Amino acid sequence: MKVKVKYFASLKDRIGHAEDEVELPEGARVCDLWRRVSHEDSIPERVMTAVNMEYVQADAPIRDGDEVAFFPPVTGG
Amino acid sequence: MKIALKDKSFDPFTEIRDFQAAMNADGRFGAAAFFIGSMRDLNENEKVISMELEHYPGMTEKHLYDIAARANEKWPLIDALILHRVGVVNIADPIVVVAVWSAHRAAAFDACRFIMEDLKSKAPFWKKETTVAGERWVEKNTPGFTDIR
Repeated sequence: MKVKVKYFASLKDRIGHAEDEVELPEGARVCDLWRRVSHEDSIPERVMTAVNMEYVQADAPIRDGDEVAFFPPVTGG
Repeated sequence: MKIALKDKSFDPFTEIRDFQAAMNADGRFGAAAFFIGSMRDLNENEKVISMELEHYPGMTEKHLYDIAARANEKWPLIDALILHRVGVVNIADPIVVVAVWSAHRAAAFDACRFIMEDLKSKAPFWKKETTVAGERWVEKNTPGFTDIR
């Protein structure tokens, strides 16, 4: 399955780009995707994760065509 | 209920006044609570020159709608307005407006605070400051509560 990945703010700077398209095996979770794109074993505590624009936990499942986002703590307002 | 992202400087008082007039609820609301957040010239003991606000198009608007909808379920609100800047923000520019109207002050105060605190901790916005030393991402927001009781 194919998913769209988005990065924001300091995480975008660190990864080096704003978006990715990633092929994943069926049944993959958000933490598996993070491992693929960051080459880190687990999602750092301060990284926030969303699937299809809803906050999720690291073990949330991903489906074909989903948009997954990783970003640092928010600082609006 | 109105949620809007603003890519240019705006006058919060004009926005609130116009929204309230268009609500057409005169006589129904006994309480209105407003919060306006503006840009300061100092952060983390460093002089700030300007700031850029990044957001997640789609999710940011959706999240703000969800916050307002949740506030509307928790308190008997007549209406609510949330405005937030994106893009380049200059010193003293308003960044955020949260305005709520209700029959009584308890709901107005509490809902305004609830929306603002949720926005600060969960709405996907990120600030990048320009100081004399260069650019830096703001790492975290300050806590929203002081122990006044």
